[in-house]
Amino acid sequence: MKAAVVIIIAALLAGCGGNQSALDPHGASSVALKDLIVLFALICSVIWLLVTGFLLWAVMRRRAEARRDPAAERRMTVAVRASMTATVVIVAGLTVASFHTTQSLHSGADAPVFVSVKGQQWWWQFTYRDGNQAPLFQTANEIHIPVGKDVRLELESIDVIHSLWIPSLAGKLDLIPGRKNVLTLRADRPGTYRGQCAEFCGLQHGHMALLVIAQDDSSYRQWVAAQAAPAAEPSDAEAAAGKAVFMSKPCAACHTVRGTPATGSSGPDLTHVGGRQTIGAGLLETTRGSLAAWIADPQTLKPGNNMPLVPLTGEELRQLSAYMEGLR
Amino acid sequence: MDSVAPVKMLTVLGAICLVAIAAVIGWAREPRQYRADPPVSAALDQLRLMPDGIGGTSPEVYFAMGKPYESTGFDLSQGKRLYSWFGCSQCHGDGRGGKGPSFIDGWWLYGPSMVSIVASIRNGRPHGMPAFKDKMTSDQIWQLAGYVRSMGAYSASVVAPSRNDDKTSRPAENRAPAAILFDEGPIPVHPKQGPSP
Amino acid sequence: MMRDRDTQEPLDVDLDDAELAAKLEKTWASRPGFWGAIATVDHKVIARRYVVTAFVFLILGGLLAMAMRLQLSRPEACFIGPDRYNQIFTMHGSNMMFLFAVPVMEAMAVYLVPLMVGTRNIAFPRLNAFSYWIFLFGGLLLWLSFALDTGPDVGWFAYVPLSGPQYAPGKRADLWAQMITFTELAALAVAVEIVVTVFKQRAPGMSLDRIPVLVWAMLVMSFLVIMAMPAIMVASSTLILDRLVGTQFYNPALGGDALLWQHLFWFFGHPEVYIIFLPAVGMVSTILPSFVGRPLFGYLLLVMALIATGVLSFGLWVHHMFVVGLPRVGESFFTASSMAIAVPAGVQIFCWLATLWAGRPVFRTPLLFVLGFIVTFVIGGLTGVMVASVPLDSQVHDTYFVVAHFHYVLIGGAVFPLIGAVYFWFPKMTGRMMSERLGRWAFGLIFTGFHLTFFPMHILGLWGMPRRVYTYQPELPWAGLNLFISLSSVILAAGFLVFFIDALRSWKNGLPAGPNPWKASTLEWATSSPPPAYNFRRIPVVGSRDPLWSEAADLPVAAGMRTHRRELLVTSMVEALPQARESSPSDSVWPFWTAIATAIMLIWSIFSPWAVVWGSIPIAVALIGWFWPKGTPEDES
Repeated sequence: MKAAVVIIIAALLAGCGGNQSALDPHGASSVALKDLIVLFALICSVIWLLVTGFLLWAVMRRRAEARRDPAAERRMTVAVRASMTATVVIVAGLTVASFHTTQSLHSGADAPVFVSVKGQQWWWQFTYRDGNQAPLFQTANEIHIPVGKDVRLELESIDVIHSLWIPSLAGKLDLIPGRKNVLTLRADRPGTYRGQCAEFCGLQHGHMALLVIAQDDSSYRQWVAAQAAPAAEPSDAEAAAGKAVFMSKPCAACHTVRGTPATGSSGPDLTHVGGRQTIGAGLLETTRGSLAAWIADPQTLKPGNNMPLVPLTGEELRQLSAYMEGLR
Repeated sequence: MDSVAPVKMLTVLGAICLVAIAAVIGWAREPRQYRADPPVSAALDQLRLMPDGIGGTSPEVYFAMGKPYESTGFDLSQGKRLYSWFGCSQCHGDGRGGKGPSFIDGWWLYGPSMVSIVASIRNGRPHGMPAFKDKMTSDQIWQLAGYVRSMGAYSASVVAPSRNDDKTSRPAENRAPAAILFDEGPIPVHPKQGPSP
Repeated sequence: MMRDRDTQEPLDVDLDDAELAAKLEKTWASRPGFWGAIATVDHKVIARRYVVTAFVFLILGGLLAMAMRLQLSRPEACFIGPDRYNQIFTMHGSNMMFLFAVPVMEAMAVYLVPLMVGTRNIAFPRLNAFSYWIFLFGGLLLWLSFALDTGPDVGWFAYVPLSGPQYAPGKRADLWAQMITFTELAALAVAVEIVVTVFKQRAPGMSLDRIPVLVWAMLVMSFLVIMAMPAIMVASSTLILDRLVGTQFYNPALGGDALLWQHLFWFFGHPEVYIIFLPAVGMVSTILPSFVGRPLFGYLLLVMALIATGVLSFGLWVHHMFVVGLPRVGESFFTASSMAIAVPAGVQIFCWLATLWAGRPVFRTPLLFVLGFIVTFVIGGLTGVMVASVPLDSQVHDTYFVVAHFHYVLIGGAVFPLIGAVYFWFPKMTGRMMSERLGRWAFGLIFTGFHLTFFPMHILGLWGMPRRVYTYQPELPWAGLNLFISLSSVILAAGFLVFFIDALRSWKNGLPAGPNPWKASTLEWATSSPPPAYNFRRIPVVGSRDPLWSEAADLPVAAGMRTHRRELLVTSMVEALPQARESSPSDSVWPFWTAIATAIMLIWSIFSPWAVVWGSIPIAVALIGWFWPKGTPEDES
């Protein structure tokens, strides 16, 4: 118990917990939320200490005969009433603090960056849109945002309920089929922030992560320009052979690689897959080896996901992963 | 109260209840196979069709597996997803046909057996049905075939999928739409093309 | 000599104690043997079965928890695959809520309420027997489906569309929904019995302001059941209709709504927490006075707090839905109401503290669990205040913080008092004491193990770990704490093991207890341990809130009850003035057959809607057998 209290106090002070932590805020809303969490936690700790302290005193205190004198009963009544009043006051105060934080959270109605998010089992589809809502490009499981600017995320689900949660930047919001929710993000510092689906969504709920990469304005613009461009042509013979494998095997039926005949839409857009930090919705770091492992046997790495095991020869697998890695 | 005999009898009774409920659930049990073994997938490709392309025998491995693609809810619902992902509805609509034939009028141009439906999807058929063998893996083809067959079944199986979460335009698969929407079909027909049982 | 007009049978006033006991035994005892055990309607026998069954489910659910801790002890562990893991946590939640917590609390009510209000059997005793069988079949259904790898895998609140027809193929979700129907049916039956027993069968003189707090708690709990459970039965039935018949309740494309499920579920789900917690409040309020040697401080305040909690509990379900994107005004209302419930909870704590302060505590095992409860529950209540805040909840909702919170509330707030209650009433139920030494060990291990296991989960949640993940990646900083939690859970499990060993040993070999080993004040201690089939030789008359303390020497009794048939005293609702002698139903096997027929209909309906039509025929036959008139003369006032 005591050890645990020490741990949480240390954690609160240090604000540690990696790049997916409500205690390590780097965004406008998450900073306000952390302040609220600290406020609530402090008040609650004090109340708990008072109650436990009184409990210990009550059971340990030396006492004379068990007595039922009316004066003592009256004093107790007064004490209980006073504690009741104190409870009402504290609870009312916390409610006001909570409302205050809600008010101060950013609404971001005129955000300059606009992204549609479609949650699906078990990955995230992002469509960047321009000022007129026209789609610019599509990507998956990784978004880049400019530091210090509001980003408006329109959340929709195409299958079951998911919940988008990037604790270091903002609180979570659900993606519900048949509804549209809006979440505003703003990162105050450049960095890579991890997020994860927070509403149980089936088999691979545990492997449905995303990365938000906040960067300065110019690198963000570069990234947008690169993403909007069609896929890079294979740079060597191996990758070129891999492209042929991709187009002749079932891959192309589910995935899009812009600038090629592959236009499937039930899997993630792979136009710039080699440039993303992870594959499989945060499952593995993107390397040629992990791409090959994933393509060779997706059902062992992420059982139940919707990518089938496509039988390939070793040669084909090598070529295909070279092609994928080159799609930067 | 004599406490030993009732306890013993209660145990016996409990055991009977257990067995009864277990039998019911065991019957409804549907093992799920997420990962298709490559050798099994390869074996599933070995279709033995009659020379006229109608009817034939499924590969032995399919029977050895316990015919999962037509009898487990999981595979049928995967098949239902594939039906929409691979654009089957562009020609076959919600199952009542369009450019392509209907699945739920009770008539099968190439017969109602799994193997001929798999063959149709895998290798294509004349007059417009494309071959999907380069677009889908063999277990996906089998899942899709199982689903297509369940759409046209005459008596609904308990495992057939129910409605989707979108607009419904016809009775769900578990209501045996083929029995409701039965259509006389072209006459005369080949003897093997009859309604599915 | 006074004789009954019709039958020439003696009334109880004519008989001396031994003769009376023999006659009552003959009238009230169940027949020996198998069919006697099936047919019994004795509330004590049924409650004992209920308690034992519920604790068996607790053990099974605990084993599932250990399996989950094994899987989570290392990042990307492969002990359990995602499919099985999802089944395991769904089973753990559903089992603990529907098959352990609610039934065990109701079972305690079935055992204690008739004894505490001084009557001879519960109201509607055959319904009570039926309720147990239905509960048992529901539990078997769920566990057998899990054993056969067809367990539900959609989480214990089974959100649509994940549990709907499109995304939950197979029979898994149907089995879950039907299990809900079984257990809710059982719970509703018990709730109705408790309400009627409390309102109409209290001992003469036990006016509303003299009812023991435990009975008040069970009464409020029963009203919560009656008002909350229909919501979940509607929810589970519409879900199964969507899945099997093709209705569109939860289909957004055709005017249904995925959020409707959440509203219906939590309209039940939040009161559910208080259905589990309020009986625990009653237990604490009953155990505490017995170990501090003075009456409870603030009886009226506590009863008002119980009722206020019950009423408020229907006004806060939306705080389970703060991140679904509802309008802000609505969310603010539910923040305020969720915070407000802290006030009655606080009142209860203050009253207990005052009682402790003014009394002279004797540190026996039940009191230790009560003290552990106060320390633990206050943490759970305070984190409850935290999650009631909309913005704060947006960070901790669906994370391990919430997992920690509700385990503090449910284990700290309900299981601790329950184990205390088992230590307290075990002598009454079995006639034997549990071991004090093992009891202290059990308390120490459970208390330490609990806090070491669940406190770190708060931190994991704030560090970003969502609940219901079957594994996590090695690069996340959660591995150390998770391993610590998994190891600590072994201590917690060891504590429960000691408790169960103690209970089993004491059942056969405990020291004989005598009628009132704790010198407690309520009526159940006025009869022998274990109580005879007829509970009280003569119906007691109550003159105060603590009848066994104020009339220590000799409890006054009411007279004039017939002995040749099962007869209860019906009293008025407020003042508990005697109104009538009413016959209590005799043993019958028909509730059992009705339960079998109902179980067949409910399980069959998973496979075909026609089951509702054809399956109702055997139920009708069984019900006709159940209610077949016996020619008992009308009751008289």
